[in-house]
Amino acid sequence: MKILVCISCVPDTTSRINFINNDTEFDVNGVQFVINPNDEFGLTRAMWFKEKNNAVVDVINVGEQTNDSVLRKALAIGADKAVRINRKATDSFQVATYIADYAKENSYDLIIAGRESIDYNGSMVPGMISEILNINFVTNCVGLQIQDRNAKVEREIEGGKETLSCKLPMIIGGQKGLVEESDLKIPNMRGIMQARQKPLESIEPSDLDVKTTTNKFYKPEEKKEIKMLDANDLDSLINLLHNEAKVL
Amino acid sequence: MSILAYIESKSNKPKKSSFEVVSYAKELSKQLSLELIVVAINIDDSSDLNKYGPDKIISIKDANLEKFDAKIYADIISQVCIKFSTSHVILSGGVDSKYLAPILSIKLEAGYVSNVVDLPSKLEPFTVKRTSFSNKSFCDTTITSDKKIISVSNNSFSPVENPSTPDLVDFQAKIPERKMTQDSLDLAKGNVSIADADIVVSAGRGLKGPENWGIIEDLANTLGAATACSKPVSDLGWRPHSEHVGQTGKPVSTNLYIAIGISGAIQHLAGVSSSKVKVVINTDPEAPFFKAADYGIVGDAFEVVPKLNEKLKAFKAENN
Repeated sequence: MKILVCISCVPDTTSRINFINNDTEFDVNGVQFVINPNDEFGLTRAMWFKEKNNAVVDVINVGEQTNDSVLRKALAIGADKAVRINRKATDSFQVATYIADYAKENSYDLIIAGRESIDYNGSMVPGMISEILNINFVTNCVGLQIQDRNAKVEREIEGGKETLSCKLPMIIGGQKGLVEESDLKIPNMRGIMQARQKPLESIEPSDLDVKTTTNKFYKPEEKKEIKMLDANDLDSLINLLHNEAKVL
Repeated sequence: MSILAYIESKSNKPKKSSFEVVSYAKELSKQLSLELIVVAINIDDSSDLNKYGPDKIISIKDANLEKFDAKIYADIISQVCIKFSTSHVILSGGVDSKYLAPILSIKLEAGYVSNVVDLPSKLEPFTVKRTSFSNKSFCDTTITSDKKIISVSNNSFSPVENPSTPDLVDFQAKIPERKMTQDSLDLAKGNVSIADADIVVSAGRGLKGPENWGIIEDLANTLGAATACSKPVSDLGWRPHSEHVGQTGKPVSTNLYIAIGISGAIQHLAGVSSSKVKVVINTDPEAPFFKAADYGIVGDAFEVVPKLNEKLKAFKAENN
């Protein structure tokens, strides 16, 4: 089984979000970039397929050279090869097209992406890849079992869960549940040493017309002062929620 | 040319988000002087939508469409788009809409923006405001392609009444073959889903153990609210993952978010920041959540919550 895991490099969840150049660019100063959490659950699930089913696991990212350290971490966790499409990611359609192009040439049985990245939160790339490649797609994926060419996939839906069956090849949009938080691996020294020897290819893509551009960022407005109420005066709280906030 | 609104349904009725989606699409159709078409799949009675101004309603019913399938639904919507020369597709921020929209965007060669919170700030070039960095910021995104798809965040655009008498149009869709089968469906009984809820009651480690969730569920029942929890609570297995809200869990954009015994880690605050009104109940007056909330009570959840529940029951009885 050949697996491709799509990796988005995102600011660590504790990062302060600031913008520079007249609010047109994210300020990377002092920000640590990590594997997108939803992708990391998927990468860890892929490692289990590697251990049990001898799967070959490649990881792919669309981005500039600064992302290599994050890809090295994916190799240290256990991926066999990393591929970086050397272009600044600006638009989901562009990212999906580049990844789909690579996947088409290298015929994967399973592509694992995250449900969404925690920076732009688009929830777009896996669905777009599925349509470009015309393969099955399950997002909000919280469980995945594969036997021969048959996949059983659990998907979180509003108010519950469903189990679906389909054939490989397929792509999933993964999230927590695919593996648990406690299953995530911190690379050990051996993994880190091995990662240095593993291939990390940079590929120059052809040009592509994007369909969207993001050009201005805003910070949320400052929250107005909180109203503190006494624990013995719940009538005031109800009154404020009803008459002032108008949410009851 | 036309604008198409795709609406989600539950038990064959339009969901609440439908009224937001149709209202948004109506405003846009006025700005662009285009006809507004609503696509309703397996909805028995679409008359509730007439309040919000559709020009046409295309109702597609088929036993094979009973179960949602993103590929099949996207295919059918694209058939309608082609037939009616649709230039703009508007859908909700619901799970199914966001599942099918990226597929549709490839079929239509359309630029797609999700998590949109307002009408376009500019029509030329077409620019919309959306959330980014898990609700820690907003940004302006311009769609440069001819065809455009917009997913509007739930609860971010209030329904606007605009009554019309829409034409009900029959449409014979070609239904593609289903490639995925549903083996089982596991729905939590009787509860409100976080995505649909107007009110979410959420609790954290301050509740001390899963056995204490009764008071949270009671309060949620009284308010018709969904229940949610913080990350540590779901990591500890006290509550299911599906209830975890925050940056790596579910985003919540509800009208009222009540946080009980949740200190307010930055990732949690990001996930709930687009909720309109936040109430925090916590024993620790230094809890960071108080800085991000509208109303706060310093107090013990085990005392405050049952009391609040009784008072709300009385309030509901009086006001209904």
